[in-house]
Amino acid sequence: MGNVIRLALTVAGKDLRAEFRSRTALLSALVFAALVLVIFNFARDPTALSAEVLAPSALWITFTFGAIVALNRAFAMEREHAALDGLLLAPLPREALYLGKLLANLAFVAIVEAVALPLFVLFFNVDLGHALAGLIGVIALATIGFVAVGTIFSAMAVRTRFAELLLPVLLLPFMVPPLIGASALTARLLAGRPLSEMYGLIRLLALYDIVFVTLSTLLFPAVVDE
Amino acid sequence: MQPYEGPLLVATALARSYGPHRVLRGIDLTLQAGETLLVAGANGAGKTTLLRILAGLMRPGAGEVRVLGRRLTHADPDARRPIGLVSHQSLLYDDLTLEENLTFAARLHGLRAPRDAARQALADVALADRARSTPRQLSRGLLQRAAIARALIHGPALLLLDEPFTGLDARAAATLRGLLSERASAGRALVIVTHQLAESWDLASRVAVLAGGRLALDEAREGEVGAFVPRYAAASGG
Amino acid sequence: MIPSFAGARSAVRRGRVLVVLGLAGLAAVYLLALEYTPVELHQGPAQKIFYLHVPAAWTALLIFSLMGIVSIVYLWLHDERLDLFAEASAEVGLMFSAIMLTTGPIWAKPIWGTWWQWDPRLTLTLFLFFLYVGYMALRASIHDPLERGRFSAVVAILGMLLVPFIHLSVYLFRTLHPKPVVLKPSAPSLPPEMLRTLLISFVVCLVLYAGLVMMRYGAGAAERLREAGGEGGEVTDAG
Repeated sequence: MGNVIRLALTVAGKDLRAEFRSRTALLSALVFAALVLVIFNFARDPTALSAEVLAPSALWITFTFGAIVALNRAFAMEREHAALDGLLLAPLPREALYLGKLLANLAFVAIVEAVALPLFVLFFNVDLGHALAGLIGVIALATIGFVAVGTIFSAMAVRTRFAELLLPVLLLPFMVPPLIGASALTARLLAGRPLSEMYGLIRLLALYDIVFVTLSTLLFPAVVDE
Repeated sequence: MQPYEGPLLVATALARSYGPHRVLRGIDLTLQAGETLLVAGANGAGKTTLLRILAGLMRPGAGEVRVLGRRLTHADPDARRPIGLVSHQSLLYDDLTLEENLTFAARLHGLRAPRDAARQALADVALADRARSTPRQLSRGLLQRAAIARALIHGPALLLLDEPFTGLDARAAATLRGLLSERASAGRALVIVTHQLAESWDLASRVAVLAGGRLALDEAREGEVGAFVPRYAAASGG
Repeated sequence: MIPSFAGARSAVRRGRVLVVLGLAGLAAVYLLALEYTPVELHQGPAQKIFYLHVPAAWTALLIFSLMGIVSIVYLWLHDERLDLFAEASAEVGLMFSAIMLTTGPIWAKPIWGTWWQWDPRLTLTLFLFFLYVGYMALRASIHDPLERGRFSAVVAILGMLLVPFIHLSVYLFRTLHPKPVVLKPSAPSLPPEMLRTLLISFVVCLVLYAGLVMMRYGAGAAERLREAGGEGGEVTDAG
């Protein structure tokens, strides 16, 4: 088990090092965040819709796009020079490969979220109050869920000709429970509801994460092994 | 623990199909340390498929492969330890330097001092001065050398090569030959798969022809390649 | 592994019989729904589309679960026939899912006054449809049959387990959808004529599914045999 973790961290470390070298994926995600910020602000009628009502939608659109960019990059990098073969040849358990890619994807999305969230709070005039810690927790739970499924799907999609199109099509239904849970919890947190009202949703998100991370880990060999 | 005494590689009754097309129909192969086997075959004969099965990358439809007595299955990562692969792709990452690439490979194999192993591997192929270059900055010949360094970093007993001389000019090919003949005498077994016999001929101790999904010929390498060519053509045609 | 051409042809023949039976059953359900069942108090005659929408929905869900289970076995046994069955089921399931998705709004418009609501149960029908579409899109994008089988199996298994989560998100939300009338912990609160018609309709859907899957399976098997260069044979003969 310790071996699996060590190897997963090795894979994740390699992914992040490579991404920081080229920075293309990260920059495109951050530029998109800025774009969403600007568009949402100027494309609304300020008297009809207050900025903070739109903030959660704008935020989740940005996070989702950041996730998709990360997911596309994860296995696309392994196609150049058939680098994936190098990973499959090594005495690397497939769980370690999956977890490593998952960790790298999560780190990537976390960076996008960490930059976008304060910006949006600022420009959309959202009053977070005491909700910040809870909000971060909710964002984390939801992100883990769909990135877990996205990681295994991107490994499949990358082998087809329309990878960038196929990945969102496959992933869309899987984003529904995390997004429903996240938006309901966000609304309740911002409205200052008591914690007892949120247990059901939190349990749902946590269960989703456990089930789909486990399942994706178990099914991953079927995707990469010929 | 007793060191393993048997043959390095034993492949039994390997078969593999792609949909309706049967590419390999029953391959048996045994290899001892110190041998260099040249597998010749026309394009599309199934050479790459065979190599990928021997590397443990592909599951055979039937049969099995044992390396150092241990059966290759996807579920057993350690069985792959003694294997190294050089394909015509470098398996390297464009955004990392050679040293970073090799350090990563060393870590994947659980080597204790990965960075030192990386530097040593680069020195062994005379690429120490390019340690900080990325694969993008290298010529094809140098890239091939880097790929070999990567393949050898963990000291594999079995080295598999898929068309290693593709795209190399005469000088790079000569360097490669020099490298490989050293490795062969280092107690390893090599399998070189190619459709061009001339470049690899002198390296081989054994030569086989893959045709019709089977090994049509499997014998000790003797004499000049010129003398062999007609027999190769005949075996391929059959 | 795959049946012979004769086997494929017989599958298509038997399937066709079932489909004809099923279509007759569908006509019977139509009559039953219009004449035999009472008119619902609050919703009026428009409610009667329920006899098509709900069984179609159950069938679409059932098919998807079946695909998931078959996919698990496929990843274990690598039997091509299982993949063929999943492929055939997916097409039929897509059809039922489309019926479910179109009858939903048709039912909704007279009752709620709007074609669509993002209420969780309609949302579930939409995403089940997307799951089917995604499955078919993935299959269409991969040419190596072994890889296609493996990848589709993974999607089917993940999808099968997603459905209860989408459904669970329902109960943590307020919803416009009529509260579940049949699948409640206590006894169903439908009058007997409605319940009977509903169940008959469901059986008819199952018969149609079985028939269509057999026909599609037979056609798919013949296709694969032809690719493998077996003796030529048209499966869609008159016999």
